[in-house]
Amino acid sequence: MNAAVQLATGSKPLIEVENLKVHFPIRHGLLRRQVGAVRAVDDVSFNVYEGETLGLVGESGCGKSTTGLAVLNLLEATTGEVRFRGQTVTRSSEQQMRPLRRHMMMVFQDPYSSLNPRMTVGTIIGEPLSVHQMGGPAERAERVQELLRLVGLNPAFINRYPHEFSGGQRQRIGIARALATSPAFIVADEPISALDVSIQAQVVNLMSDLKAQLGLTYLMISHDLSMVRYISDRVAVMYLGKIVEVGSRDSVFDRPLHPYTRALMSAVPVPNPKLERERKRIILEGDVPSPSNPPAGCRFHPRCAFAEEVCRHEEPALRVLEGSNSAEHRVACHLAEKLAE
Amino acid sequence: MSCLLEVKNLVTRFYSDGATIHAVNGISYALDEGESLAIVGESGSGKSVGVMSVMGLIRFPPGRVESGEVIFKGRDLLKLSSSEMRKVRGSEIAMVFQDPMTSLNPVLPIGLQLMEPLQAHMGLDKNAARNRAAELLALVGLPGAVERLGDFPFQFSGGQRQRIMIAMALTCNPSVLIADEPTTALDVTIQAQIVELIKDLQQKLGMAIIWISHNLALVAGVVDKVIVMYSGYIVEQAPVDDLYERPAHPYTMGLLQAIPSLDQRNQERLASIEGMPPDLRAPAVACPFAPRCPYVVDQCRQAVPPLQSVGPHHTAACWRAAELRNVHSFGEIV
Repeated sequence: MNAAVQLATGSKPLIEVENLKVHFPIRHGLLRRQVGAVRAVDDVSFNVYEGETLGLVGESGCGKSTTGLAVLNLLEATTGEVRFRGQTVTRSSEQQMRPLRRHMMMVFQDPYSSLNPRMTVGTIIGEPLSVHQMGGPAERAERVQELLRLVGLNPAFINRYPHEFSGGQRQRIGIARALATSPAFIVADEPISALDVSIQAQVVNLMSDLKAQLGLTYLMISHDLSMVRYISDRVAVMYLGKIVEVGSRDSVFDRPLHPYTRALMSAVPVPNPKLERERKRIILEGDVPSPSNPPAGCRFHPRCAFAEEVCRHEEPALRVLEGSNSAEHRVACHLAEKLAE
Repeated sequence: MSCLLEVKNLVTRFYSDGATIHAVNGISYALDEGESLAIVGESGSGKSVGVMSVMGLIRFPPGRVESGEVIFKGRDLLKLSSSEMRKVRGSEIAMVFQDPMTSLNPVLPIGLQLMEPLQAHMGLDKNAARNRAAELLALVGLPGAVERLGDFPFQFSGGQRQRIMIAMALTCNPSVLIADEPTTALDVTIQAQIVELIKDLQQKLGMAIIWISHNLALVAGVVDKVIVMYSGYIVEQAPVDDLYERPAHPYTMGLLQAIPSLDQRNQERLASIEGMPPDLRAPAVACPFAPRCPYVVDQCRQAVPPLQSVGPHHTAACWRAAELRNVHSFGEIV
């Protein structure tokens, strides 16, 4: 996938995220006074380049889904900016957003709750077309059938209801709906985590095929590192509202720089009994702290085996490793140079 | 090692809305003392219903264990009265469930929940039970436990709650621990903590473990043998190394190749098993995997294949298992 790396550095960004913060107020008392904030996403910047898949990984509560929603302006950003093809998305009114919406779509995690049980498959997939006033009824019906074929479902299913389909088939319907308006960019939030293993592979293969066929750009949100490795060109790792490491897939997976990335990778079991028994796991102590009261300095320091004085006081910036020839692999760790040895 | 638990031809069905769900269709396996066994399968494969039947936890209606034997320490558990069974459950065979959020009582302090089985099964008085509860919490890695006995479940994180569940399962020194997807609701780093804990406890306490999981990777490093279930049948059973190195059943092959591996750089296409799991409402008259199998022949559509030996302690329920021993990748032409 050298082409992808080149793409990432050479091609232009489709999505630019700058200093994005999404804070949810914590209110208390009779007057609903704000007493604090859950800092779900706390100063995150990244680009998604045309034609690539950026994998956003992290554990529950790290802010990856909130980031995905804020990128599509489905959640209002507290501060910071998101641009799509240079055009500002954040703090746009519904009316300003509308012409942009058809170019940026979302595939949701749960194929059971994200499809309206009272609508037929045809109505579900055709809805974005009618919202964006694309084509007349006959053209829309034709487009829906084309989309069903595209995602590997029988076009004759057009008048059926979601409950008549299995989980994997419903996820295909969700994908067809996202593709209806021929978008350029798709945010997929854990698109396979609700599915059985044998069905996961079907959906992943479908999404890769569609990307190649339609020239899509994906922001793939997932907690499943092996799947992210499989599907992404570049990877960003989040912890407690921050990106702690970002780079091309191979450099992040072959040479993880952040102690959290290393622990995360070491925690993922591999289907090989001999390797598993011999493997020395990095077991992280404790739990992820609350994003309403994140630790001072580096947010990972209370669980980090290497933490030093500086980590407790100073927040590390996301930066290129000193002496590194990859301008693209960046890490937020004070001790990255030392740990890389 | 002597045999601790033997399940013979267990059949469990559910009856609802006039339909019969054939959840478990005659499974047999044995568990030795101190052994650890994984039962792997996707949703609807019967892996959980199988152990629930062993534990006497299938309620009628809608479900019923139709036939079979569960021999535990010389007694058939299926013939015990419900009060006799209650004594076995919890004290000799204990279970850890998937969701630590819902399996603890939210309105009782965890101390009380831990002390209850100690008082009921072990006959300890209140003080002794409290001390033992604190000991157990320390054993599962919740130090400072004495002060936390009065805390409620919501005051603990998901990983901590699962540790509490494990402590509860250990209260009466069971000889078998059944862990039904114990880490599925947890994050990977917490999952790794819990897996280490259970492995560690098994070594310390010497109990046998049955791991129920949908994740072939997760159980690879922790068990001695693996049973793969599909559609209520055991389709393959093997010592752990054999199963991952040379799976004999096409379903197992497909499943193993559908998981992308973290240590491989290859961008090969994932093997995908086309189609969907079968409808459990109709009794199987043919190999249940036949509609999805790339190696299907006429025989597969005519009769359910029995488990047959393909190697030492290695059995597979496939008419073509012997022929397919040389296939290394799912879908490869024989």
